[in-house]
Amino acid sequence: MALPETVAGPRRPATPPETAVTRRPRRRGGRAGYWLYLLPGAVLFVLVIGAPLMGTVYFSLTKWSGVGDPTFIGLDNYRHLLEDEVFWTSFRNTLAMIVAMVVVPTLVGLVLAAVLFDVIGRRFRPRTAAALRAAFYLPQVLPVVVAGIVWGWILRPDGAFNGLLDAVGLGALRHDWLGDPKTALPSVMAVMIWVQIGYPVVVFMAALQRVDPELYEAAEVDGAGWFHRFRAITLAQIRPETFVVALTCTIAALKVFGPVFALTRGGPENATNVPSYFAYYTFFKKLQVGYGSAISTVLTLIIIVVAVVFIWMQNRSERQDRGV
Amino acid sequence: MAVTLTPAGSTARRPRPARDRHHRGVSRWVVLALVTLGALVMLVPFAFMLLNAFKSPGDYSTGGPLSWPSEFYTKGLRTYWSEVDFPLKLWNSTLIAGSVAVLGVVVSLLNAYALGIGRVRGRLWIVGLFLLANMLPQEALIYPLYDAAKQVGLYNTRLAVIIIFTVIQSAFGTYLLASVLSTFPRSLLEAAALDGASRWTVLWRVVFPNLRPTLAVLLIFFFIWTWNEFLIPLVMLIDNSTQTIPVALASLQGDRLMDAPTTNAGSLISLVPAILFFLIFQRTLARGITAGAEK
Repeated sequence: MALPETVAGPRRPATPPETAVTRRPRRRGGRAGYWLYLLPGAVLFVLVIGAPLMGTVYFSLTKWSGVGDPTFIGLDNYRHLLEDEVFWTSFRNTLAMIVAMVVVPTLVGLVLAAVLFDVIGRRFRPRTAAALRAAFYLPQVLPVVVAGIVWGWILRPDGAFNGLLDAVGLGALRHDWLGDPKTALPSVMAVMIWVQIGYPVVVFMAALQRVDPELYEAAEVDGAGWFHRFRAITLAQIRPETFVVALTCTIAALKVFGPVFALTRGGPENATNVPSYFAYYTFFKKLQVGYGSAISTVLTLIIIVVAVVFIWMQNRSERQDRGV
Repeated sequence: MAVTLTPAGSTARRPRPARDRHHRGVSRWVVLALVTLGALVMLVPFAFMLLNAFKSPGDYSTGGPLSWPSEFYTKGLRTYWSEVDFPLKLWNSTLIAGSVAVLGVVVSLLNAYALGIGRVRGRLWIVGLFLLANMLPQEALIYPLYDAAKQVGLYNTRLAVIIIFTVIQSAFGTYLLASVLSTFPRSLLEAAALDGASRWTVLWRVVFPNLRPTLAVLLIFFFIWTWNEFLIPLVMLIDNSTQTIPVALASLQGDRLMDAPTTNAGSLISLVPAILFFLIFQRTLARGITAGAEK
């Protein structure tokens, strides 16, 4: 994991024994005293995250409707999951969410950030670039459910999108975009791209600030064109940020709930169902707590695996950079 | 992970001579036009919403979603405002997000003080645990939390949501601040220790003032993230007196009351506070966003 390095920071200089006299005086309790500061956070953490997580894992081994006592049934819920078509559909839809929330925003975000920073920020006023960046970023700070409700109306049969098609003479394409199983998923994906695009733009623009301008100048002197410089310098220099964006967006895509709730409630015919909505629905509408817990547990495991793989890949690429 | 707080403009670029033949003349205007077009497309949904929030239902059914309103109709806005008791929702959201922001920062700071400055044993594992907690899907916690809240009488209270999000947000805050504090200048701590300052004094007189800009960014992010949260408030807050702005709007979705203009009016009212935060905190957001891993 990259974590230890970042967190430990510069290790305490290895002080030779003779300087021990200048060391800061030991206070009462020594290092142990710092545990007190961790106590409130640790208690809260156990109550709100640790115990409930264990609870969910336990419930996933039971049959329970939420009232009375859970009945222990071993791995039955998991066996059932593997045969459940809805479960597989929901994870296939997660792949679509990864395309819409990770792949497209990262690729488009790279180009947009480079263009905003390099062309617009420098050939026009930086304020212009900042204003344009704000327009792309705005959906990121809004309650995603409210944005989802607006989009749900826009994509309705009598909504603004069909109105727009009429207005430009494409009325023949009018459609119930969210109501048709064929178009529902692509429509939700389009909304997610709209929601997500601003995040990579902002992160990459910040990253570009730390790239040494001399690299670009040298490349220009060598006659490298814009695209060539983008590939050889920009992409290479902001790789750490690309990892972070890809990781955080992938995890967001695996967890996506609010937009699906607002746009389609997973429908029609599960065409847009995703694991988190599937779990919510199983918990609170079907009152199958054990089964819902099994879905949540599988989702949790997948997220942990994805995170560990990403962090491992990032470490490896950093090691390669250092030539180890 | 390269989660860092980058101060805006920390790397001042020196002005470069305009000698790049690729961006001189016409092509840069084409690029500007394309990007501006993209930005406008991003804003189109808001334009649609504004256009239809001030339209009467009759007007909507005759003129359609793109027509200019034939009168400046505010009844949709007023209906939504009073039907959902919007001021109360605004207060609920503010109370919850505000409390979480303050408490979350305090808990993060205390945790990070022990981990980053105190370097307690096993800190790497502890920080790793916090980082992992930040990635958990809320579905993995929701049912036991819901069940426990019912048992201890916290179900349908704002306090339950405040406690839960204080912990969830501080998981991220702890991870971030612990890595910031691990590079805190030792000399400052040692100087304070030589003056006989206790740990508590060092925390509030030395560490806190130095960390204030980072904490401010964290405070704003916690506030906005909590403001926008949906699943846990949806499950925990079931009646009008406790619900937050997004939950109130979502639970009216599909209701007879919510014709197209009222849906737009309700969405408009619900988005205004978030847009205001955006405008007020734009600079801070841009500065801190590299720390703000989207959830």
